[in-house]
Amino acid sequence: MTATLGAGLGLKPQHFDDALQCAEAEMWFEVHPENYLMAGGPRLAWLDAVRSRHPVSLHGVSLSLAGAVAPDQQHLHRLKELIRRVEPALVSEHLAWSTLDGRYYPDLLPVPRTSDILSRVATNIQRTQEQLQRRIAIENPSHYLRMDSHDWSETDFLDELVRRTGCGLLVDVNNVYVSAHNIGYDARTYLDNLPAEAIMEIHLAGHSEDSDDTTETQLLIDSHDAPVIEPVWRLYRHLIARIGERPTLIERDDKIPAFAELLTERNKAQEILSVQGVLK
Amino acid sequence: MNHAADHFQHEFIRAIYGVGDSDSSLAQLTSQPGFKVYRNTVLKACVDALAANYPTIVRLVGEEWFRSAALIHACAEPPENVCLIEYGRGFAGFLSAFGPAAELPYLGDVARLDRYWSECHIAADEAPLEAGMLAALGEVDLLQSALRPRASVRWHWCANQPAYSIWQANREQRDLADELNWDGEGALLSRIDGQVVWQPASPGMCVFLDACAAGEDLQTATTKAVEAEPGLDVARLLGTLIHAEAFASPFIPTR
Repeated sequence: MTATLGAGLGLKPQHFDDALQCAEAEMWFEVHPENYLMAGGPRLAWLDAVRSRHPVSLHGVSLSLAGAVAPDQQHLHRLKELIRRVEPALVSEHLAWSTLDGRYYPDLLPVPRTSDILSRVATNIQRTQEQLQRRIAIENPSHYLRMDSHDWSETDFLDELVRRTGCGLLVDVNNVYVSAHNIGYDARTYLDNLPAEAIMEIHLAGHSEDSDDTTETQLLIDSHDAPVIEPVWRLYRHLIARIGERPTLIERDDKIPAFAELLTERNKAQEILSVQGVLK
Repeated sequence: MNHAADHFQHEFIRAIYGVGDSDSSLAQLTSQPGFKVYRNTVLKACVDALAANYPTIVRLVGEEWFRSAALIHACAEPPENVCLIEYGRGFAGFLSAFGPAAELPYLGDVARLDRYWSECHIAADEAPLEAGMLAALGEVDLLQSALRPRASVRWHWCANQPAYSIWQANREQRDLADELNWDGEGALLSRIDGQVVWQPASPGMCVFLDACAAGEDLQTATTKAVEAEPGLDVARLLGTLIHAEAFASPFIPTR
């Protein structure tokens, strides 16, 4: 992979032709491998076609690295096949769990950050990296619960995972903003505490307010159904000013607008990256 | 395995599905408004996946009815696979046995056709058998050969309902014909050049394909098909199936 990754977009099936034809410099696309782990057919052919024009990143949502057991062998095997096929520029997963006893619970579920669980997650990441034969980036999830049972702060926990496994980090700035609001911490301090050199990728997205929550401090939900809000852009600029340029993705998974609209948001991130590149 | 993590995960899932007791070790979490976010997200993702995988059923019963029924199924049968396009293997069976759907006895068979559409869509890529390859064989060799259906082909015979007509009209977003012939119907689905296409299937065609899938040679498959459908034009059937790219290449000489 020699192409430089600037700002990219999540690839949506309805934007397939636009994605294929997009000629923006440093453009790239990200997909959830879970949507492409099939034996054959047109979806894989679409991905191959996009890959022939652009770098692609595989962003997993279901390896369940924070689970009590090792990642599913068959899943890793299929993921490795997909990696061999598309030669992704980046591979990432979450600090979360989603499978248990052979069932999949499609969400990024939380864990208490204890030292025992740190060891378990580290082992799972190590095993994954060994089997995939590459470094993966671990993303900070959004939080909705205050847990008494945490022994580690999330930034220290992630830092220690980097130290023990050599993994990278994927910093979702919107998740930091949402979690800081929901749990009650300072988003800027959180970002400042992350190890800069480990950060391989950044995510930006929109969120919404939880209409079910009638309390005064209404929860924010990481819904990926709206444009990135200005406070999240400010946090992003702050992060980039400290760590330098990093591949940055605009995520939109619901209420998906026209490709041109997403491209405008993407170009905003690209501009921030370019300015940082000049300042460097 | 990490036992503390294992215990936490089991308690968490029990609470999401509402089977945890209120004094469980997770009470500190389940009492917060944020716990509902996880419950809603998990169940919504399952229901959304079923809606995406069974579009014909959504169109037949309406969004609201579908989501209520899908939620009952999703609570009983969480996905077994992280690829959600494969979710809902048991949904057709669930609908067939679902009390509130008793007035729509064809729903299970129609759902099965949606399921087969997905299976055709994601099946492995395989070169199809071409007519010329059969023509090159003598009749004796031909009858002793076995034709293997491609991974991207499905067929279904529904004995008592016009399930295919109902499925086809809804899948193609068309209005159903005013007068339905309330007889059995079959369907053949096949992926051609990346597109899943469909056509009616006769009882003989379904029996023939069942026999081929079981590895029977052409002579045996033909005999069975004609028994099931006397007067079946076998040469025409073969032509139809080859045109539908139903068979894999190469075929298997059984001698």
